[in-house]
Amino acid sequence: MSEFLQFLFSGLTTGSIYAVSGLGLAIIYNASGVINFAQGDFLMIGGMATVALLAAGVPLPLAIVLAVLITVAVGACLQRFALAPAGDSDALALIIITIGASIFIQGIVLLLLDKNQHALASFSGDTPIAIGGASLLPQSLWVMGVGAVLVVLVAAFFRFTLLGKAIRATAANHMAAQLVGINTRFVLLVSFCLAALLGGLAGIVAAPITTTSYDLGLTLGMKGFVAATLGGLGSAFGAVAGGLLVGILEAMIAGYVSSAYKDAVPFVLIIVILLFRPQGLFGGRVIERV
Amino acid sequence: MMQTQANAALQIRGLTSHYGRIQVLHGLDLEVRPGQLVALVGSNGAGKTTLLRTISGVQPASGGEIFCDGRLITQLAADKRVRAGICQVPEGRQVFAALSVEDNVRLGAYSRRDREVEADVARMYALFPILGEKCRLAAGNLSGGQQQMLAIARALMGRPRLLLLDEPSLGLAPLLVEEIFRVVQQLRSEGITILLVEQNAQAALSIADVGYVMETGRITLSGSGAELLGNDEVRRAYLGM
Repeated sequence: MSEFLQFLFSGLTTGSIYAVSGLGLAIIYNASGVINFAQGDFLMIGGMATVALLAAGVPLPLAIVLAVLITVAVGACLQRFALAPAGDSDALALIIITIGASIFIQGIVLLLLDKNQHALASFSGDTPIAIGGASLLPQSLWVMGVGAVLVVLVAAFFRFTLLGKAIRATAANHMAAQLVGINTRFVLLVSFCLAALLGGLAGIVAAPITTTSYDLGLTLGMKGFVAATLGGLGSAFGAVAGGLLVGILEAMIAGYVSSAYKDAVPFVLIIVILLFRPQGLFGGRVIERV
Repeated sequence: MMQTQANAALQIRGLTSHYGRIQVLHGLDLEVRPGQLVALVGSNGAGKTTLLRTISGVQPASGGEIFCDGRLITQLAADKRVRAGICQVPEGRQVFAALSVEDNVRLGAYSRRDREVEADVARMYALFPILGEKCRLAAGNLSGGQQQMLAIARALMGRPRLLLLDEPSLGLAPLLVEEIFRVVQQLRSEGITILLVEQNAQAALSIADVGYVMETGRITLSGSGAELLGNDEVRRAYLGM
């Protein structure tokens, strides 16, 4: 039992990271129809920028704020300078642009910083908390807590604010959104900034556990992609549930079977899902009468 | 020429538009005066919807000029045209299906920052009581006729000075068609300038001050609604007589 609990904690921690990464992916997918393969790089930038700022003597809270701002700026640039000029190109072309952007971002970080793995110090020490025979690192609580708060805030933003509703309206019907006076270019920009904000924050709280390096984005981005697809692309709730599910299954397989199979979990999952439930676990079948 | 611009709610000169390399509008001229109800009739594929989309700015013009109240808007972004008072009820309703009816109505006022939005929401529910009853439902759950009412309410929330209506009666039961045309006439009596695109030429021309007939991207005939209804060519081609 204590063993199970231990794996569950571990799974929930990584699952929270995937969930937030997947949520960012879902937001961009909804707003633009693009699967953003640079989503994982937002997490990497958050972590790496914090590491670099700390090394430059900036205190942790300020370093976190600056790192998040840098990530958001990169997200805005990605939309404004890489995707917007491509205009109405089809989704596949735009997706390939994000892959290119991802490689470009990794190259820049490699040039500006280094190719080493960095571990951020835990925010609240490394003394494990014992719960039911299992031990939980304080940093895991940070990851899960920040993840939960972000999910709730994002949900509230989309549900209760006019801008949030305008983003949903743009996702639902681009032309109709323009016809009610929504500046859809601005909506796209906000979506990318929001996804970058989520990625940056997740990358920072995760950095003490996962460590961070310039090429971390690919793995995290792929896991976020699996999470979003598993839950149903475009469903924010699905992305979060999918992220947690992937994290927990990974931890269980690593614990009970072998950690060698851990990274295969999400990809086996996605094949099964695409075969038997292509709309994802929570993919909305929108009722639409014509 | 200049003086007609000043008193036209909408003035279009030599407008052209392309989808890729296919030209849809071939140098089109049209004028709508303030307070008028102007009907635009024509067969499928004549370019009526493209014209409305070009006026709203969601389809780019490749040439020509569009003036709104004397102001050149040909290059203006779509959202700024809504702020300039041009609102459209698009073909096929295009409601935000996953959002609630109330959110759809409120998003119609997205470009407004005044305090009268609440009062206008109440006004819409008075105009279309069924929307008030179903305000919490997802818009996709409404019937076709109710979605049409919602699309009209959403456009009205933008406080249009020029309302573009694209095939509002398409696919509706006869009773609902009557209801929609009744609402259109009521809006005209409230002083809203209206450009109405319809395949139901009989109904549209009989309530219109001015009518235009459009064929393959050009205006081929214009006149008062009554004149066009009496025109042999129109009767043969669009009224089936």
